[in-house]
Amino acid sequence: MSDRRFFLAAPLASGLMLAFAFLIGPAYADTLQDINKLLKQGQHSQALEKTEQYLSGKPKDAQGRFLKGLILTEMNRPQEAIVVFTKLTEDYPELPEPYNNLAVIYAQQKQYDKAKQSLEMAIRTHPSYATAHENLGDIYARMASQSYDKALQIDSANASAQNKLAMIRELMTASSRPAAAKPSLLAAAKAQVAAILPASKEDKPAESKPATPVAAPAPTPASESKPVVGGETNGEISKALEGWMAAWSKKNVKGYLGYYAKDFQTPGGESRAHWESDRAKRINKPGTIQVSFENLKVTLDNGSNARATVKFRQHYRSASLKTSSNKVLVMVKRDGKWQIQQERVGK
Amino acid sequence: MASAQARYTDAGPEPLLANVFEQIKKNRLDLAMQQVDQLIQSYPKFRLAHLIKGDLLLARSRPIQAFGNVRNAPADKIADLREEAIARLHAYREKPQTNYVPRYLLQMRNDQKYAIVVDTKKSRLYVYQNEKGTPRFVADYYITQGKLGADKVREGDKKTPVGVYHVTGSLSREKLGDFYGSGAFPISYPNEWDKRNGRNGHGIWLHGTPSNTFSRPPKASDGCVVLANQDFDALSKNMQIGLTPVIISNSIEWLSLDDWQAEREALKKQIEQWRSDWESRDVERYLSHYSKKLVADGQNLDQWSARKRQVAGGKTWIKVATGNISMFRNPGKDDLVEVTFDQDYQSNNLANQMKKRQYWLKESGRWKIVSEGAG
Repeated sequence: MSDRRFFLAAPLASGLMLAFAFLIGPAYADTLQDINKLLKQGQHSQALEKTEQYLSGKPKDAQGRFLKGLILTEMNRPQEAIVVFTKLTEDYPELPEPYNNLAVIYAQQKQYDKAKQSLEMAIRTHPSYATAHENLGDIYARMASQSYDKALQIDSANASAQNKLAMIRELMTASSRPAAAKPSLLAAAKAQVAAILPASKEDKPAESKPATPVAAPAPTPASESKPVVGGETNGEISKALEGWMAAWSKKNVKGYLGYYAKDFQTPGGESRAHWESDRAKRINKPGTIQVSFENLKVTLDNGSNARATVKFRQHYRSASLKTSSNKVLVMVKRDGKWQIQQERVGK
Repeated sequence: MASAQARYTDAGPEPLLANVFEQIKKNRLDLAMQQVDQLIQSYPKFRLAHLIKGDLLLARSRPIQAFGNVRNAPADKIADLREEAIARLHAYREKPQTNYVPRYLLQMRNDQKYAIVVDTKKSRLYVYQNEKGTPRFVADYYITQGKLGADKVREGDKKTPVGVYHVTGSLSREKLGDFYGSGAFPISYPNEWDKRNGRNGHGIWLHGTPSNTFSRPPKASDGCVVLANQDFDALSKNMQIGLTPVIISNSIEWLSLDDWQAEREALKKQIEQWRSDWESRDVERYLSHYSKKLVADGQNLDQWSARKRQVAGGKTWIKVATGNISMFRNPGKDDLVEVTFDQDYQSNNLANQMKKRQYWLKESGRWKIVSEGAG
């Protein structure tokens, strides 16, 4: 507990005077100061004794009970501390500090859900309370760590030194609390969370860009592509297809292969060389080949005008085979030329 | 792309998973968190869901940079879960259209109630029901394949075989270690064609997952096809030992029902031609159905032809009936089909009944037999 982050906002004396002038008479302030001094000096039993004495005269006193909770926590008697702080939240639900300290103890016991609930209560009573926000952030990080442990079947508890949550040492009046609202961490986090989307490395056209963290959320779901009916691209692609099929029909293997992009994904995942020689063999078989297409449908990939999904009905006739089938190509524009990156039969 | 695919099942974690990512994309992290909690409630051992939950929680405390923001995380495990996410979402978003069928299921026997087709590239297994000869989609599941992918060639290469197989047995949970989960169905790798092409190895199974695991990464087995236990259990109900075909492909080729029909009719016609040419006792016509590459009962084409010509002289009549035909196309670039049937052969001096297996290969546009033997 010795390395706990302390949250001390104001000089002790003035803080206390200010804080509880309305709750306690000035006569008691001295006693409370003494207790605080003992606590700071690590003289826990004396501090506790003095607090009990003080409370015997004023059993409802918030400040005394709060100190008692702190002392018990320091003495590593969390169950008793929990009772004290819980009672305080029941009697003074408007005070954020007891909620915060309860959360700190729950977190030490790895009861993160309870810790989270307490901190949310603290923030509800005082939305701009920085310590509670910071603690809540830490709680989320620890819960995240628990989830990661489950995901990866590891135990990260020892691997990473976790921040200690901050206990609040003082009760303050509403007016003495920091007024400025803390800029929400959530906003920053939200903007970045797109980064965790698993961007596909292949054939998921709409998502193939690595997610840029701060990218504004797309107004339409990003997985849908926008059909482009418009002239130019359609014309270009149609032309490329005609050239490709013409080379094929003329058995111009070199010309035919020239329509395939450098990074063309061979159907069986075989090597480019193997695929090329296979294609050459098939095209060079004796007899004429006639290839044509109809029902061309070009869909530009979202946000790109250099990558498109191209669907059409392909008619193929050779000496030995006559088929019509639906083809899907993924085409990319490189150096002003539309090339085939993927080719498949089907839907 | 969101065309009506109502017939496809929405079982499994993919719909929820897709929702979670959809909400993240829209920056609705609160909803994403709710849905990931739902996902974990339904699939408590689903590690991918826990990882996403971790990211969503961490995002509440600080900006996060990547998928799986774990300090000192084993990079391979994060990469595995990322691959699993991609595989699952991909398969979910690109479900096959209802009027398309895998090209491989050309003809199921009447008694084959179901067929299984695996797409290793998509990490997906598809179940088809035999509806009076037409394959009808029933369900699809995420699967794990060999650490080093597909196209098994030899023993120990940690790859999943590609080809036409069937289930050869059933091993219960009790007989296996926890590692195999709900049980296992061995398949018939290496088949005739594998052996002929020098492929070896053994012990390729479909099996479940250990009890502390919902699913394994896309590439993690030694060549087996691994399913989540609940998926394995669902599949078990449809398995017929010795009968259910399991066809493993790199990437399923889909045909429209029209194209599929045309392909099967063409081959059926050729098989029927072979049968009637045999009956005609015109031995050369009969032999014209066999490829130069033929291997049949250990004989090459010349030996086979010589034997056939020799016995032909003694025949005054031949009757051949073929029943219970199955035709399964071998995945890959060759036009190769495994054909099995019950053959009833009658002639003036010999009669026999047998189960036969042939491999038909399209050579220069014509289907020819490259392998023939007892099935």
